[in-house]
Amino acid sequence: MNPNGNAHVEFEGVSKSYDGQTDVVQNLNLRVKKGEFLTLLGPSGSGKTTCLMMLAGFEMPTAGSIRIDGRSVHNLPPHKRGIGMVFQNYALFPHMTVSGNLSFPLEVRGLNPEQRRERIRKALELVRLDGLQERRPAELSGGQQQRVAIARALVFEPSLVLMDEPLGALDRRLREELQYEIRRIQRSLKVTIVYVTHDQQEAMVMSDRVAVFQQGRVEQVASPEAIYEEPERRFVARFIGENNLLPGKVTAVEGDLCQVEIEGAIVKAFRVAPCRPGDMVTLAIRPERVCVAPDPEVYSNELEAKIEDLVFLGDHLRLRMNVHGRSDFIVKIPNIVGHGAVLEGDRVRIGWTPTDCRALEPVGEKGVTL
Amino acid sequence: MLSIFLLIWSQPLTSAESLTVVSWGGSYARACTKAYHEPFTAKSGIKIRLEDYNGGLAQIRAQVETGNIHWDVVDLEIADAVLACDEGLLEFIEADDLPAGPDGTPATQDFPPDTLTECSVGTNFYSTIYAYNRENFSGGEPATIEDFFDMKKFPGRRGMRRTPQVNLEFALMADGVPLDQVYATLSTAEGVDRAFRKLDTIKEHIVWWTAGAQPPQMLADGEVVMSTAYNGRIFNAQVLENQPFTVVWDGQVLDKGQLAIVYGTPRLKEARRFLAFAARSESMARLGRYISYSPVRRSGSALITTHMETGVDMKPHMPTTPENMTRALHNDWEWWSDHVDEMNERFSAWMAR
Amino acid sequence: MDGTLRTVRLRAAVPVLPLSAFILVTFIAPLATMLVRSVYDPLVAGAMPETLFLLSEWDGKSTPREAVFEAAVRELLEARQARNLGRIVTRINRVQPGMRSVVMKSVRKLRGISGSDSWRDTLIDMDPAWGEVQTWRAIRRTGERFTMRHYLHALDLDRGPGGGIVRQTPERRIYIPLLGRTLAVSLSITALCLLFGYPVAYLIANASPRWANLLLLLVLVPFWTSLLVRTTSWIVLLQTRGVINDALVALGLIAEENRIAMIYNMTGTVVAMTHVLLPFMVLPLYSVMRAIPPLYMNAAATLGASFPRAFWRVYWPQTQPGVFAGSLLVFILAIGYYITPELVGGRSGQLISNMIAYHMQQSLNWGLAGALSGILLACVFVIYLIYDRVVGIERMKLG
Repeated sequence: MNPNGNAHVEFEGVSKSYDGQTDVVQNLNLRVKKGEFLTLLGPSGSGKTTCLMMLAGFEMPTAGSIRIDGRSVHNLPPHKRGIGMVFQNYALFPHMTVSGNLSFPLEVRGLNPEQRRERIRKALELVRLDGLQERRPAELSGGQQQRVAIARALVFEPSLVLMDEPLGALDRRLREELQYEIRRIQRSLKVTIVYVTHDQQEAMVMSDRVAVFQQGRVEQVASPEAIYEEPERRFVARFIGENNLLPGKVTAVEGDLCQVEIEGAIVKAFRVAPCRPGDMVTLAIRPERVCVAPDPEVYSNELEAKIEDLVFLGDHLRLRMNVHGRSDFIVKIPNIVGHGAVLEGDRVRIGWTPTDCRALEPVGEKGVTL
Repeated sequence: MLSIFLLIWSQPLTSAESLTVVSWGGSYARACTKAYHEPFTAKSGIKIRLEDYNGGLAQIRAQVETGNIHWDVVDLEIADAVLACDEGLLEFIEADDLPAGPDGTPATQDFPPDTLTECSVGTNFYSTIYAYNRENFSGGEPATIEDFFDMKKFPGRRGMRRTPQVNLEFALMADGVPLDQVYATLSTAEGVDRAFRKLDTIKEHIVWWTAGAQPPQMLADGEVVMSTAYNGRIFNAQVLENQPFTVVWDGQVLDKGQLAIVYGTPRLKEARRFLAFAARSESMARLGRYISYSPVRRSGSALITTHMETGVDMKPHMPTTPENMTRALHNDWEWWSDHVDEMNERFSAWMAR
Repeated sequence: MDGTLRTVRLRAAVPVLPLSAFILVTFIAPLATMLVRSVYDPLVAGAMPETLFLLSEWDGKSTPREAVFEAAVRELLEARQARNLGRIVTRINRVQPGMRSVVMKSVRKLRGISGSDSWRDTLIDMDPAWGEVQTWRAIRRTGERFTMRHYLHALDLDRGPGGGIVRQTPERRIYIPLLGRTLAVSLSITALCLLFGYPVAYLIANASPRWANLLLLLVLVPFWTSLLVRTTSWIVLLQTRGVINDALVALGLIAEENRIAMIYNMTGTVVAMTHVLLPFMVLPLYSVMRAIPPLYMNAAATLGASFPRAFWRVYWPQTQPGVFAGSLLVFILAIGYYITPELVGGRSGQLISNMIAYHMQQSLNWGLAGALSGILLACVFVIYLIYDRVVGIERMKLG
């Protein structure tokens, strides 16, 4: 692999095993660009936190190498890596005031009191906490504590900041508020952030790119849009947002498209990976890309369906339909003037374009090259 | 305050048929058991429960003050016996009840002065001597009380009891004070200073003991080269364990062991019977067959024979044998009961310095 | 409404009644008794009221008048009848050593005398001490119902001939130096416990559960071992012909004749007490340390602090509640420790508690024992207050 000019962090063939048998991280290759916001997204136990810990220096890779600014950090203890880190439980030092906490990394670096005061002021301003210098962590709300933790990770001006589910302990409203804050701060300081979360919305809001983890592997690394719109793996399609997943069999291949037979019906789908007639695939169709009772001839894919369940959710209607014997097909209709009046039990036609329907690897298969 | 606990925990376990006799433990208590506890039980049917203590009057006082008496007869140092009597902690002795000697001498004339007090009966003379381990001395061996304080001639650590008693007397004798002047000297402030000054000369080399069983052990272990000790304990180590110990009788300080009855015991009749039995010359002489403590009764001295277990002639080992008495000091309990608190404080202050 | 509330409260108090009663009987009552005894002694005042009344009018400079002698003779004989004499004499003798035999001998002789024209002459004839002023001063002082003499005594003070408070002569000063030594020793033991206990607690708190349990067990074993077994082991290890000395001699580190005295002196006391009290340091430290997540040390590392620095700035301050609690616990236990110094302290390793025990059990001077306990209690209290002022008791954590 050529060292990329603007790569900040590189994982190359990194594996980690605690017991010598099962790898919690398997042969990870990942590159984080300077100034990039990269989120490691995945369910718990997928290896994303372990990656972060290896990067911070608290865990040692069993194999492979990690480079920061092109230099291997293998023998570099955590306190010499110069990485800012924000922990899930804030890890603010309870016996120090806010300014004590922020002062700590500056004292370590030998800044004089004047410089320290200035930096602390700026950092608190950045997280909009000016005036709370003399409070102790226990006297702050959860959101304020996390702002302090962020300020502390930034105050010594590291170029790389790691965040380990920093918003996990906060309630939803605060979480959303802070997501935008973090994004704003990252954009203004142009630091590189590697962010770990299991919350896809968080990943969507903040990230330049998202790396989806599953069972120690990276399934896909791409921008939030691409992850959503163009999942390359069945896991990604299912994990990010909502998707209807239908198993089927390829009957014909035509350029980027293929014909797939599902329960007796033939649909056209976008071919993600090379396939041949006879291959088993999983089709992924976003519920909001399905049109109910479309005008004839608009969509090349049209199927008969019966509405089994209908829920009104404010901004959209959520329909559960029976499509060719499968009763878990979900369709979302935006709540806009003129959406067709449908009722439970109605038999309707549904349709979608071939590009909204992605043919992915079938259940249980893993070795598909992307 | 102790009494509250005693009240709760020590409901008398003793019945009318048994007496609790409290003694000093170790080989002395064993000798008493053989010499007159067992014969008494055989004769009277009254069982003896033996309990050990380390001297002092605290427990007796607590029992008498709460009226919860479970000790009946106690083996006391004479100073304590007189003190306890004065404090009303002991029953008066009815001297006429004590048996006459085998030669018919009435008890009151058979006991030397001071051994039969208002509340206690002397049973044996014991002595604090010093003894040394022969293995530590190849050339000259110590022979006088002066030698005990002579670090030049006889280097090595000394064992001494952690009390002012006897030590002050030893110090003055070794400093050249004649026997009959020892207590008179101690009665002056200069005399006390003189005794402590003498002790100062060996202070660095003293290992202190508290229980009578310690000195033979310390001598055997080589912890000390010589030690003050009760002569009976050294005797037992000599004859029963064949330890190479020698007793130096020069400057010995003689004491007497007293038996007394705790005031208010519900078993007073049995206790008096026991005391009368123990106060026979034969009982005293019999004690002298188990441990080298001599009978206090004049008629008892004639009965000294051999050691029961080994057949050793007891005479040379008895503190009252004339050859051992060439320089022997009688412990002046009266002086000590006047000055014990004062001397203890001086001693503690001196020890801590 | 008020009534029901009270009933509810009373009912809630019922379960703690046995404990309250227990504490009252075994702790508060004896403590109060001791403290009362240290200032209040009605015995002589009760037994010799007339003598004392007459003495209160005495000028204190010449031999008292006949009436005093007459009253004293009568009341001493009555006291003998009531079997009280010994205890009265013991008290007088403490104030004026030598008075025991003077009084006892005189009383014995008095029993044989039916009457006298001048009790004053009779008594002075028996013993010239009766003619001396200090004899009667001693009786007058012993007759004080409420007295500070035990406290004066415990503070190495005395009443001078003029009645003013003076210090004892240097060779009689014993309790103040002993108290000072007790405080110093307790302080060193606390420091040693902290020095040894802190790394142990850290190790236990950060070990895997299996190892932590084993280590905790090792810390607690001395706790569960019989005192005699422990003492014997120390003797085996520390005595002049003990294991350590033998090893040192065998290794040629010390010469045979220079074996080190490590037991029956202050070294023995400090070693043994540090051993006994170590769990009281380790346990509070451990429970505080266990509650500190390793996260903090990680956080400090990411902020650029090396281990020593992170430890000193981040870990150590957070263990302070445990350090304070453990130190106070060890210190207060050490200050009142009695049995270990008694067994291995020898001549120089005795502490103030041994003196209290001595006066409780041997000299039976409970008044003085009470005064010494009172002073010790006051010391503990003062230390607690200072501690509270400096550290803040609410910052302590026992677990």
